[in-house]
Amino acid sequence: MLHIDNLHASIGGTPILRGLDLHVAPGEVHAIMGPNGSGKSTLASILSGRSGYEITGSVTYQGIDLLALEPEERAAAGVFLAFQYPVELPGVGNLYFLRTALNSIRTSRGLDEIDVRTFLEMADAAMQSVEMDRSLRSRSVNEGFSGGEKKRNEVLQMAILQPTLAILDETDSGLDIDALRIVAGGVNALRSPERSMLVITHYQRLLDHIVPDQVHVLAGGRIIRSGGKELAAELEANGYSETVHQSLVEQSSVAGVST
Amino acid sequence: MTIALTGHGLTGLRPTVDQSGPDWLVRAREAAFERIADHGFPTRKDEDWKYLRLGPVVDPIVDGAFSAARREDGHGVTSSMLAGLVPDLGGPRLVFVDGLLAHDLSSGSGSGSGATVTGVASMLLDDPDRVAARFGAGVGEHAYLDGFAALNVALAEDGAFIDVPADLTLEQPIHLVFCTTSTVSQTAAGGESPVMSSPRSMVHAGPHSSVTIVETHVGIGGAPTCTNAVTKITLDAGARVEHVVVQDMPTGAFHFDVVDVVQAADSTFSSHAFSLGGAIARHEARVLLDGEHAHVALAGLYAPAGVQHHDLPVMVEHRAPNCTSSQRYHGVIDERGHGVFNGRIVVQPTGGGTDATQSNKNLILSGQAEIDTRPRLEILADDVRCAHGATVGQLDGEAIHYLRTRGIDEATARGMLTFAFANEMVEQITIAPLRDWIQRLVSERLHHVSDPTATELS
Repeated sequence: MLHIDNLHASIGGTPILRGLDLHVAPGEVHAIMGPNGSGKSTLASILSGRSGYEITGSVTYQGIDLLALEPEERAAAGVFLAFQYPVELPGVGNLYFLRTALNSIRTSRGLDEIDVRTFLEMADAAMQSVEMDRSLRSRSVNEGFSGGEKKRNEVLQMAILQPTLAILDETDSGLDIDALRIVAGGVNALRSPERSMLVITHYQRLLDHIVPDQVHVLAGGRIIRSGGKELAAELEANGYSETVHQSLVEQSSVAGVST
Repeated sequence: MTIALTGHGLTGLRPTVDQSGPDWLVRAREAAFERIADHGFPTRKDEDWKYLRLGPVVDPIVDGAFSAARREDGHGVTSSMLAGLVPDLGGPRLVFVDGLLAHDLSSGSGSGSGATVTGVASMLLDDPDRVAARFGAGVGEHAYLDGFAALNVALAEDGAFIDVPADLTLEQPIHLVFCTTSTVSQTAAGGESPVMSSPRSMVHAGPHSSVTIVETHVGIGGAPTCTNAVTKITLDAGARVEHVVVQDMPTGAFHFDVVDVVQAADSTFSSHAFSLGGAIARHEARVLLDGEHAHVALAGLYAPAGVQHHDLPVMVEHRAPNCTSSQRYHGVIDERGHGVFNGRIVVQPTGGGTDATQSNKNLILSGQAEIDTRPRLEILADDVRCAHGATVGQLDGEAIHYLRTRGIDEATARGMLTFAFANEMVEQITIAPLRDWIQRLVSERLHHVSDPTATELS
């Protein structure tokens, strides 16, 4: 479904991703963990279509060259990024924004627009699933929202837009235990055989709630280790520096044998 | 520099003015003409007019290209024409065509509610002394701030006369419609010229009364009409006046309007100004806080595009102690539009305990757009809080990206964000049909595709 091959990215000549490979099959949830500055958020940004990077390598999604698409075309293709820092949009009503987004995506897929009544029913159901206060319906997007409310609003958007590839960029950051449980519940409700997820996080605690099929360790702009969900626990126990060091030693010894 | 008056321009306007008024009015007009003859019209050397190119307006005035409307000409405006131009707000409505009250288009005036809602010309016939008390340009008074203010006094024949007695709360807004037409008027010399409208309105809110006044300035046809309107508002102790002024003139029009406010103790005045149309358009707000614990909140939106000029001089004077004031203005400048925000706060030595704020934010949508934003603070008292800030910027790239990741194309995203910035000012309007109408106007001006469901979802 998602194939990232030998992805290099730099910004202003400074390399950030240095040959990243990642394959995610339909229905799978992959976690990407790594120390600060390892390139986790850059990966999320690039997948969402943010400009400003020099990129080589390939990213295909459902057979489409994702890197050739504009951000809105990626959304229409089913890609969704839950932002680490959701943007405040003063004056843009939250539900108006959501309906415009949903109908934009539907229109580009050749589907009819959703009428207001049906949309409101959808929105109400989705808001209940993330335990979002009804007063946030009419507020401007993210304006004056608490950190937890912003993250819930991201999951709300995901629930309404129903992406096939959801990328969650440090969705757990800034959340207390209750908010974490609610956000994770919203995400888990969206798990399905058709939907893949990329969960980017610094800490293991989110993965106690959203249990991944695979865990990857990103360091120095590359995936240096992959494993099952138990890898997250190992990282938590040993810390990143130990794991990163270990992996680099293994990789260099492998490299040594092959030459 | 004083513009030399050739004389014939103003004398061309002069005979069209009704000379039969009470003595005080005739004298006030004479004094106003003399003021113009002596001092002329403002130029860029005047601080309050610094950024406005006035030649296209002043030259034709001086050259006698405009003439005042004449009642006997009739007005040719029908209620269905008006229905396409302004919203129906339900309450009393006074319609002024080219500055003169059109009784056939007006409704709900009279004193049924306990308030006086009528025209100045009618009141001059019925009870001229009441007009004299409110006219605000008696001989010897400091009445003529500049040539335009003097010209209004010189030419004013009509306008709204509103008097709300003590303790009365009017639930419905009073709607003042100022509509210009392209009908040319016969000049004294026998020629034809576009019309100059000079309505002068007076609003008096008695102690602890409450009223909302909505002014809409619109026009029919594209002739280069000129409007020079003044609205004087006096608030007695504890009164509350909400004022909304929407300028949606045809893009060829020259438009000047002034709201001139004096507040007594414990009164509250709020104003929302929307400058959307016109070729060269100026909306001036002047507020004198003359009694302790008075509060004023001024807000507005200007949106010049094409080659429009929108000039917003704002002046709040804290003369009494312990008053609060706020100014909050947004500008959206597109194409070769030019916007000016000239915001003054004056705190007199008697204005201790003042709390004043001013905020001006501008969104520039084109490389050729121009904005001048200028805070002017003159603080002559101690123990004063005075905060001001101005920004000029473009749309936030992060916000555009965020919307695009949700499937919204770039043009739509830009339109949504631009409209949202402007709409922050529109949302403050509590009268639903008025707010909806302004929202529609702003959408059209910003070339933003208006979604009728937007309000349903907000």
